[in-house]
Amino acid sequence: MTVKTQHPEPSYLVDTGKYKGLKAWLTSTDHKRIGLMYLYAIMVFFVVGVVLGELLRLELMWPGQQFYGPQAYNGIFTIHGIIMIFTVVIPGLSVVFGNFALPLMIGAKDVAFPRLNLFSFYLFILGAVIALSSQFMGNGPPDTGWTFYAPYSIRTNTNVVAAVLGAFVLGFSSILTGLNFIVTIHRMRAPGMTFFKMPLFPWSIYATAWIQVLATPIVGITLMMIIAERWLRIGFFDPALGGDPVLYQHLFWIYSHPAVYIMILPAMGVITEIIPTFAQRKIYGYKAIAFSSLAIAGVGYFVWAHHMFTSGMSITARWIFSFLTFLVAIPSAIKVFNWVTTLYKGSIDVKPPLLFTLGFIWLFMIGGMTGLTLGSLAINVHVHDTAYVPAHFHYIVFGGVGFAFFAAIHYWYPKMFGRMYNFRRANWSFVFLFTGFNFLYFPQFIIGYMGMPRRYFDYLPQYTFGHQLSGLGALLLGIGVIIMLVNLFSKKGAKAPANPWGGRTFEWDIPSPPPLENFEVMPELKEKEGPYDYK
Amino acid sequence: MDHRDDIGAKLGMWVFIFTEIILFGGLFLVYAVMRNNYSAEFHHAAHHLNAFIGSINTVILLVSSATVAMSITAVQTRNKKLAVILLFITLLCAAVFLINKYFEWGHKIHIGLYPGSDLMISLSHGQVMFFSLYYFMTGLHLFHLIVGAIILTIVVIKVQRETINAEHYVLMENGGLYWHLVDLIWIFLFPLFYLIT
Repeated sequence: MTVKTQHPEPSYLVDTGKYKGLKAWLTSTDHKRIGLMYLYAIMVFFVVGVVLGELLRLELMWPGQQFYGPQAYNGIFTIHGIIMIFTVVIPGLSVVFGNFALPLMIGAKDVAFPRLNLFSFYLFILGAVIALSSQFMGNGPPDTGWTFYAPYSIRTNTNVVAAVLGAFVLGFSSILTGLNFIVTIHRMRAPGMTFFKMPLFPWSIYATAWIQVLATPIVGITLMMIIAERWLRIGFFDPALGGDPVLYQHLFWIYSHPAVYIMILPAMGVITEIIPTFAQRKIYGYKAIAFSSLAIAGVGYFVWAHHMFTSGMSITARWIFSFLTFLVAIPSAIKVFNWVTTLYKGSIDVKPPLLFTLGFIWLFMIGGMTGLTLGSLAINVHVHDTAYVPAHFHYIVFGGVGFAFFAAIHYWYPKMFGRMYNFRRANWSFVFLFTGFNFLYFPQFIIGYMGMPRRYFDYLPQYTFGHQLSGLGALLLGIGVIIMLVNLFSKKGAKAPANPWGGRTFEWDIPSPPPLENFEVMPELKEKEGPYDYK
Repeated sequence: MDHRDDIGAKLGMWVFIFTEIILFGGLFLVYAVMRNNYSAEFHHAAHHLNAFIGSINTVILLVSSATVAMSITAVQTRNKKLAVILLFITLLCAAVFLINKYFEWGHKIHIGLYPGSDLMISLSHGQVMFFSLYYFMTGLHLFHLIVGAIILTIVVIKVQRETINAEHYVLMENGGLYWHLVDLIWIFLFPLFYLIT
């Protein structure tokens, strides 16, 4: 279904309203512009987070102090985590590609509440600024880790309140975005597009939005409790007053575990769009993938205490959470099988989006399987709080969500900007990113298993080689990030056609970049049509 | 306004209500844990709260929920004057609730019983948990009550200006819904703090 335009409307990138320039962008309620503003902000935060990570790796190249001391180290890994988790990967794919592509893919003009959408963006920036202000105020950057565990987060003199308040505001932004997307998907699908004719990226955004809405308030109130502890001595987490620090851990992880599904579900949704396009085949197991998104969202609420196996819970609690953790891996595995099956005997074209997707599958599988080893009680006792844990979650979050983000930007870039990018440079960026990534994080599994603690500024000599391999990986990864950013954001490439990849979802039927109101003619799905009309 | 979608607006409000319930849910969870740990002390500490004032506050909020619902019907039946009067009664109820709270909290603060005070720290663990939860939960509720009152003030202005009218009143329904939430949270707080003696 192609839409021909007699008099092409200006693209959404052209200022046609009351304001021009920066003011036009900052006051825009257009989901496409908001998605782009989020993209720019998140890329900046990501680069800051990468630099912080590189600083950590640099210090860890040799045992002993190299460039800065333990207090600075603790501050760096704390803000690295806060930035990456709360300003990059949790909002990440949802706010950039959910905003940009979701309305297009369901045939809508915009989201349900465009002004609320812009407000969410302002809250996002405000929250990030508040969180970052923690680095510069009088008492020094927080040194608690992004997890803010009591009692240390109550007692440390550092700027915990600023960081926690920033996270609260960011959470509120996340809630409002989720609310917006839920109503959008319920109310604004094109005529004929029933839920089961909706493409799978919107499905993933839908499942994610419910987690955003139902889980984030818990961490919101928990962060308020931290502030109340610090300012008012409320005592919920203070044994001296009758409270319990482990209660904090429960409350924190009741959100923060579902939060990882907020991160990964849209990532899986993107992968599910890219694979059919570059294999030119209908996705295998549409309903299985749709339901598995909901299953992951649902079961993901019940596994939180696998972060707490060494905190003193009963054996009953421990084995139940371990069992549920194994269960939640099943829907993810279903997706991986379906993706690979879709590729089988397809007409595969390894363009950059697919290259990053293939990288995703490898990295996600390692991350996922090491999640299972961590979920095993007997192993967990040994590797909890070792470098094995950050290795696992970086594979899943950076390798999974991060690479899916890279895949998504390479997929929708022509649509967003109306330009192509250089494929060779994109492929080279992938080579550096993928190689660097594995060199950086795989050794961490090994030295973690051998006893290297996490969040430690110094270490015993036997771990040196592992850390140095990681350092090399960090260097290659950094180069990959630079190549990618230069490729995407420096020179203008060739003009992009409406459908450079042969995709079948609605966004590929309109011009690149789209006009302000998306569709000249409201798209419709006929009775027999499905979301992926390949042969 | 051809982009108007009242059903979508109401759906959005309901989703927001769910988030508020879960926000308070975290505190109810802490309450459940602490009450399980210190059931006898919770029972005794509750004596220090004035169940009479608490009951008055409960009745006040229930009445205010009724008046706001009635005001919506008044708008639907084009009785603007009645709608405005009922909304003012709702706001009056909110004000009385606030005043009661001021006296309740004021009394406790006056005798030195507030989070972090010397008296508080000298109490037994269960009593500290009870009063900490009391302040935090009624305090958070109070904040939401104020927000609700602000929303209803905006509503009454719009009713007066007829930008909310019989054809277009979804904002009023959503505001009323938020007020019902404020009332509902109190309905749970009241027995858990005042009636467990």
